[in-house]
Amino acid sequence: MALSVREYRARIKSTESMKKITRAMELIAASRIIKAQQRAQAAAPYARELTRAVSAVATFSNVDHALTVEPEDPKKAAILVVTSDRGLAGAYSSSVIKEAERLVEKLKGEGKEVDLYCSGRKGEAYFKFRQRPVVQSWTGFSDQPTYDVAAEIGATLIATFLDEEGVDEVHVVYTRFRSMLSQEPTAVRLLPLEVVEGTEPPEQGDLLPLYEFEPSPSEVLDSLLPRYVQSRIFFALLQAAASELAARQKAMKSATDNADELIKKYKRIANQARQAGITQEISEIVGGVNALADAQAGSE
Amino acid sequence: MADSSSGAVLQVELVAADRLVWSGQATMVIARTTEGDVGILPNHAPLLSSIIEGVVDVQTVEGETWVAAVDAGFLSVADNRVSILSERAEMSHEIDLEKARQDLERAKESGENNDEAHEAVRRAEARIRAAERAS
Repeated sequence: MALSVREYRARIKSTESMKKITRAMELIAASRIIKAQQRAQAAAPYARELTRAVSAVATFSNVDHALTVEPEDPKKAAILVVTSDRGLAGAYSSSVIKEAERLVEKLKGEGKEVDLYCSGRKGEAYFKFRQRPVVQSWTGFSDQPTYDVAAEIGATLIATFLDEEGVDEVHVVYTRFRSMLSQEPTAVRLLPLEVVEGTEPPEQGDLLPLYEFEPSPSEVLDSLLPRYVQSRIFFALLQAAASELAARQKAMKSATDNADELIKKYKRIANQARQAGITQEISEIVGGVNALADAQAGSE
Repeated sequence: MADSSSGAVLQVELVAADRLVWSGQATMVIARTTEGDVGILPNHAPLLSSIIEGVVDVQTVEGETWVAAVDAGFLSVADNRVSILSERAEMSHEIDLEKARQDLERAKESGENNDEAHEAVRRAEARIRAAERAS
């Protein structure tokens, strides 16, 4: 009981104001996450149709495209790490970074050089602090990514992939949004494209019709594939945004709960201190009265 | 797809990267591909084509005409399902005509003679055309 009642009161007050902040952040994250999920849903038709078109072209023409060809001896790989711009989201950014580090180790083990690309300030700061070069980073949109950003990132990655001097494969590490309670850091290889993998295989009986291609299959593929890559990146960014908000909501909820508990504990200690003070005062008075009475009895 | 034999209609989806812009039934769709304008009527052969910045016309079954401005993208037709995919797409009533005109001015004034500048000019022109057609 080292501290006085007054000091405990001050602690309770500051914890209460912190609790207000974390509570507000929790509510903001909760309302934004609904929007983020809606955005992810709104983007789904585009991704679906694009996937259909790509698999149609891939099925009906054996055109090889620069973006689908496996390099014979991959020497250099690029990794796009999708993190958040701000913290206070629990382990969200650190678990993505951990997953990215694992991938870096794996690729290095295969004898490949690794170029890092970053989306989100947290990842950028992490690599900068460790003085590891980041080729390019994009920041300032992590909780509501737009398609334009995804297109820009996509264009950059495609350009370095197609460049002779550039990378031979491109990976993306992002957080997959499973549910409000579970988000999972995931690493996928973006380039060279594996079209067949088809995230959504066409339903049974939904045979792809024999398409006519205009102007030609290869030209259609030429403009189709970069868009496909961009849409995959957009998908990753949207998932990451939803995950970030879910992680933040969870972190802020437990922070608010902890603040509640702390306030309760401090109140108990403060009351104990207050009572101890009163008890001491009483015993002092009683002691004083007794001493006075003794002194009077002695003088008589 | 049950009524594909007679009195067929087209199921049209106009999809932008971040949202579904319009979907519904139509009797005709006109879009501008890299080869020129194409008109799609019910029971059209399966087609996959690149489209460029331009105006898409949709005649709905109710006899209305919807006009939309789209960016470069794709048109796919199969089983009377028409999907128009474009990174950006706007229905004519969503377009701010004044702003589109300003964009066109700016794009023309920049005077750069590269693909990007041409694209910007074409995009702005398409939006103006779409907005004017509808009004």
